[in-house]
Amino acid sequence: MRNRNKLTMITAASVAVLTLLAGCGGGSGFDDNASSDKPTSDSSQELTVLIGSSGDTETKAVKDAVAAWSEKSGTKATVQVANDLAQQLSQGFAGGDPADVFYLAPEQLAGYASNGSLLAYGDQLKNKGDFYDNLLQTFTYDGKLYAAPKDVSTLQLVINTDMWSEAGLTDADYPTTWDELADVAKKLTNDDHVGLAFNGEYARIGVFLKQAGGGLVSDDGSKAIANTDESLKGLTEVKDLLDTGTVKYASDLGTGWGGEAFGSKKAAMTIEGNWITGGLSADYPDVKYKVVALPEGPAGKGTMHFTNGWGIAADSKNQQGAIDLVEYLTSDDVVMGFAKAFGIMPATKTLADTWKGEFPDLSAFMDGLDYSVTVPTAKGAADVVTDFNAQLEGLKTGDPKTILDKTQTNLEAILQ
Amino acid sequence: MSASQAATPRKGRARKVPRQHIDRTGQEISGWLFCLPMIVILGVFMFVPILMALWVSVSDWTGRGTPFGGNVSFVGAENYTDVLAKPGLAQSDFGTALRNNAWYTLIVVPLQTLLSLALAVMLNRKILKARGFFRTAFYFPSVTSSVAITVLWLFLFNAAGPINAMLKWFGVNGPNWFNDPQGIIHLLLGAFGVKNGPAALTEHSFLGVSAWDWLAGPSVAMFAIILMVIFTTSGTYMLMFIAALQSIGEATEEAAIMDGATPWQRMWKVTVPQLKPTIFTVVTLGIIGTWQVFDQIYTGTQGGPAKTTLTTAYLSYSAAFNSQEWGRGAAISFILFVIIIVMTWIQRWVMKDKKMSRRKRADYEAMKAEARSMTKAEVMSLGACRAGKHAATATATATVAGKE
Repeated sequence: MRNRNKLTMITAASVAVLTLLAGCGGGSGFDDNASSDKPTSDSSQELTVLIGSSGDTETKAVKDAVAAWSEKSGTKATVQVANDLAQQLSQGFAGGDPADVFYLAPEQLAGYASNGSLLAYGDQLKNKGDFYDNLLQTFTYDGKLYAAPKDVSTLQLVINTDMWSEAGLTDADYPTTWDELADVAKKLTNDDHVGLAFNGEYARIGVFLKQAGGGLVSDDGSKAIANTDESLKGLTEVKDLLDTGTVKYASDLGTGWGGEAFGSKKAAMTIEGNWITGGLSADYPDVKYKVVALPEGPAGKGTMHFTNGWGIAADSKNQQGAIDLVEYLTSDDVVMGFAKAFGIMPATKTLADTWKGEFPDLSAFMDGLDYSVTVPTAKGAADVVTDFNAQLEGLKTGDPKTILDKTQTNLEAILQ
Repeated sequence: MSASQAATPRKGRARKVPRQHIDRTGQEISGWLFCLPMIVILGVFMFVPILMALWVSVSDWTGRGTPFGGNVSFVGAENYTDVLAKPGLAQSDFGTALRNNAWYTLIVVPLQTLLSLALAVMLNRKILKARGFFRTAFYFPSVTSSVAITVLWLFLFNAAGPINAMLKWFGVNGPNWFNDPQGIIHLLLGAFGVKNGPAALTEHSFLGVSAWDWLAGPSVAMFAIILMVIFTTSGTYMLMFIAALQSIGEATEEAAIMDGATPWQRMWKVTVPQLKPTIFTVVTLGIIGTWQVFDQIYTGTQGGPAKTTLTTAYLSYSAAFNSQEWGRGAAISFILFVIIIVMTWIQRWVMKDKKMSRRKRADYEAMKAEARSMTKAEVMSLGACRAGKHAATATATATVAGKE
């Protein structure tokens, strides 16, 4: 009698649990085949914009721009600042209720695009032709354009002009070859600071690989070229520079990044992008600097560019509104407003000259777009780059060939 | 205490007669009804999510929409073999995380247990002034948010931070703590001129990490985190030990003093054996806590430098949220679950009261018989010379002798 009661109870409990499970399964209201050809346009739905902000100025500029669009279009839109953009986006996609418009990093594109979270709205974008082609390529997955580039940054050589003249160097001495770079780094090194410091990661060291004609993947992203002779030559050059003691990783100077090492006067030169200007004027206003092009390697000029895009969720209830918003946010006036507010570089060809006119000291960054390469964007590439970065931290004591061979194996595994 | 225990069964027996009239079925139903809220809460927030995660770990869910949708299919143990058997980045990442975490556990658990025990014993001494102040001071790190402590630690252990400045007073050039990926064992071996491992170690590998690298020890960066965790958790466990110490009572301690046991002997032969249940709790909680370490890594180092602070729990998170490999992330968390169960089971087995061997038991019986046959005067003269060796036995003897 008692045992049977228990059995009934257990059965009832199991049934209840299974019902709950089933409820989780079917009840989320998500329709797998929602991605039809025509964008949804329920304009009564409020749009949510999720951004990963660099600070108050950026947040305010984006909020103002979005508010201006709301007024113009009559569709409500709110801006949310994410603490951890990747996590909050993933959560939204998994829950079926993501933000409508958001910052999209290229390394996340493949993951989100392959699981259908993103709306491939590229063809509906009216100002598509304005963007640099290599930036559009970055946001293309499986032949479809998933995001409009929001802005772009390139790396160049930033020089502390006081230290430069202190070392007896003039404008004629800006390094144009690797040998000259090693030479000035030596001249700029003294007891207080080293000649050159940069982050020990692919997103900086990659410029040397490019200057030697190598890199991680071929231009179309289909082939791994990490352990070619050219790449090896580039990485060996970095190791040689580190061995001289006049070039150091920023972390070895006790700083978080190249800009901090440069600003706190622990290094006379650094390799950083245009974002450094904001950091320097905020934290180290007394440092005088000049931006010049990176030196040429055996294969000519080379640098890296980084971009961020505006992604739109496939689950958005008002995709048409979201596309309008992105068009507005990438329009010339708004982008120039952003550039003046928090120092971004426009991703459109139409604005290149305007921007250079506005910021003549930084024109080297804009010129870099002509010969720049970006990080690989295949699915799983972010993990490979993380692993490459981990090995680069031990470059000083490690063997460049071993590092590149391992990275090559990892890249081949994700590219097949 | 003992009086109330004795009273309870008697009361029970007295009430047995009217109880038979109570409707047992109704009682059982109301019992279930009272438990129902908790069962539902546990079911919805624990049992169901665990089952869902288990499903995700054997599926190819990509992180969009529900994992029970039509386009998610069963892939068997693929996510598990990716990290356990198939050579590649996923496997070597998992191996690295396991290596880091094993060293972390190996160092943190014994040190935090010993430190908290030492603190508790010191704070339990009557002679100590301002006990309340010290108790609060040592417990304080435990109630502070781990994020705040991590930020503090990043500042203290900066290459040009206070810790290195202090080391400089002693002429030591401190390491660049949170950016130094070198293993501590490797550094020690390097001091003796061993820079590269023997071929026997470098050629063989397990989970994509060579035996030489398994033996690297925690990196300098991980060591800084280890120090931090010991600093924060020892306060919590200290509290447990203090509670246990207070319930021991002073009788045995005084008896041991009478028998002439030194403070060191009293500590290890009288106090510690009585703390065994608490030690078991502390070590178990320690093992579970150290295998689940996440906050410090997430807010502090994010796995760097050179993946030497990558832990299993953090790898599970980053595989799912950053790499969109949700199945793999879930699989890693279930492997972690198995590791924790096995580790706890092993330590339970190690710390279990073993059955005394027949010879040892016979020895004890002989000792007891000898003690009973002695006169009081004999025992008193014996105590001084014997206590040193068999403090515990002598105490027992004294008690027996006292009764006679």
